[in-house]
Amino acid sequence: MMPADNIIPLFVAIPLAGAFILPLIGRKIKAVNDILGTLFTFSLFVMSIFAVKIVNEYGTLVYSVGGWKPPVGIAMVLDGLSAFMLVTVNVIAFLIAIFSINYMEKYTSKTKFYTLFLLMVAGMNGVVVTGDMFNLFVFLEIASVASYALVAFGTEKHELEAAFKYAMMSTVGSLFVLLGIVFMYSFTSTLNMADMGAQLIIAKGGINITLIVSVFFLMGFGLKAALVPFHAWLPDAHPSAPAPISAMLSGVLIKSLGVYALCRIFFNIFGMTPEVSEILLVLGTLSMVIGVFLAVGQWDFKRLLAYHSISQIGYVILGIGLGTPLGIIGGLFHLFNHSVFKSLLFLNSGAVEYATGTRDLKKMGGLSEKMPVTSTTSLIASMSIAGIPPFNGFWSKLIIIIACVQAGRYGYAFWAVLASVLTLASFMKVMKYAFFDKMKETWEKVKEVPLYMKLSMSLLALLCILGGVLLVGGVSELFLDKAQEVLLEGVNYASIVFKVVG
Amino acid sequence: MVVYLMCLTLFALGIYCVVRKRNVIKLIIGVIILEYAVNLFFILTAYKIDGRAPIFSETEEVINMVDPLPHALVLTAIVIGLATTALLVGIAMRIYKEYGTFDITKIRELKG
Repeated sequence: MMPADNIIPLFVAIPLAGAFILPLIGRKIKAVNDILGTLFTFSLFVMSIFAVKIVNEYGTLVYSVGGWKPPVGIAMVLDGLSAFMLVTVNVIAFLIAIFSINYMEKYTSKTKFYTLFLLMVAGMNGVVVTGDMFNLFVFLEIASVASYALVAFGTEKHELEAAFKYAMMSTVGSLFVLLGIVFMYSFTSTLNMADMGAQLIIAKGGINITLIVSVFFLMGFGLKAALVPFHAWLPDAHPSAPAPISAMLSGVLIKSLGVYALCRIFFNIFGMTPEVSEILLVLGTLSMVIGVFLAVGQWDFKRLLAYHSISQIGYVILGIGLGTPLGIIGGLFHLFNHSVFKSLLFLNSGAVEYATGTRDLKKMGGLSEKMPVTSTTSLIASMSIAGIPPFNGFWSKLIIIIACVQAGRYGYAFWAVLASVLTLASFMKVMKYAFFDKMKETWEKVKEVPLYMKLSMSLLALLCILGGVLLVGGVSELFLDKAQEVLLEGVNYASIVFKVVG
Repeated sequence: MVVYLMCLTLFALGIYCVVRKRNVIKLIIGVIILEYAVNLFFILTAYKIDGRAPIFSETEEVINMVDPLPHALVLTAIVIGLATTALLVGIAMRIYKEYGTFDITKIRELKG
């Protein structure tokens, strides 16, 4: 065991401690909420960058909770994919915490907001670093329960309705995940992911059991990731939450709970089979196309963005489902990019709502004169999501489409291009109606949003512009390639983890 | 075998309740039934005929003990279920305050 291991449990411990300390002192002293909320997320952000460095230095690391070695005790595993997801989650969480300083003023209790926010971050970090099936379920539920409460945070009519729908569907999804875990436990008599993988390799006869468990996991995690047959909760839940939470849900929650868990289980534990790959491709393409078709007709700014989340998750799943090295790197890169530009777009919609009080695109118009920062960052994000060349979204979509062509899947490549064109169309509509149209008289007195909101949006816009750098040789080796290696190593995951444990 | 079938029946009942019922409270009860079915199934996987508690003692030999892990895990799952149910009921109370009804066909303002 190396001293560097000790960083791993901190990713869960720090936000949990934050969620405990904040309600104790935050209610008395108001200023503490913002300071602590930003401080905790900032320390997580710094640590996640550090985690990437550690992974590059030492390779895969395993932390045994309480000193009990893995097959028996609970393990936390930090490898390339975990480090990649940790960076994605914590960068976005930090920037959103900055945004919330100003935005959450209009709600009554900031203490409760930050408490739930930190709990959600703890759950997501937990899902990403855990090496134990049952802990995966526990952290999944922590993050989900916090997110149900956050969706209902406004306690108005629509928030409550959306939160109830989301909570019901998501709970049923979680129960299917638990059922899958029960089946796996009764077959392999272990809960450790690596050990489970190893047992499945030994017991070749386990094909039938993995088949039914795959179905349960596809349902459960697919519901969390909002893949198309299971997407109905997303367009209600994401727009109803306060803007920073919409950004968090669309930006990272559906990815760490849904896409990451699917990848980890299907690549590293069950081993990718052509059938699962085909199912992922079909689900991905369905989400991609249906999501974008539903988005084009929307007039509610945030609802439109929510449908685009479904569509963009489709790209990620399509890339990863291809299973080729290029496809995986495209999918993972798009996952990172989507979390950046989609959270930026949700923050923009929040900024517009903060300044004008409306989310209806028809009522807006000409806001670019009054809100230069919001409209510029929004333009950058829109071009990223639509795939206009210098921005990050273009590179990842290009890689996914090239990967499709390379794998000989021309049909999927065609749908990916079509969805991209429709995305461009729908964001041209947003830009025209919200920011560049003739100004309406009602908005004469609209002011630009406060400093911290501008700061957070500008930083995210900078990430959108510079995102393409991640693909350049040296940088890519440090970050994306490590994550891709984990997925490509497949069921060898077990032997790698056990070699580290010794 | 019969007990597994009954567990499956409970699960199916829960699914039916979640899918078909219109009342918010009944939906929540459906989720609770589903949860119980899954927890029961988990406990059943650890069951052994004439099994004994896995407590180590020096005087007697420990034979035919049941697997203790599922019991511990089911406890955790029950606690998580409690949290979810409490939150769902809390939301349902606020929904009744806002809409004045528990009928989900009338609680449909989000569309499109």
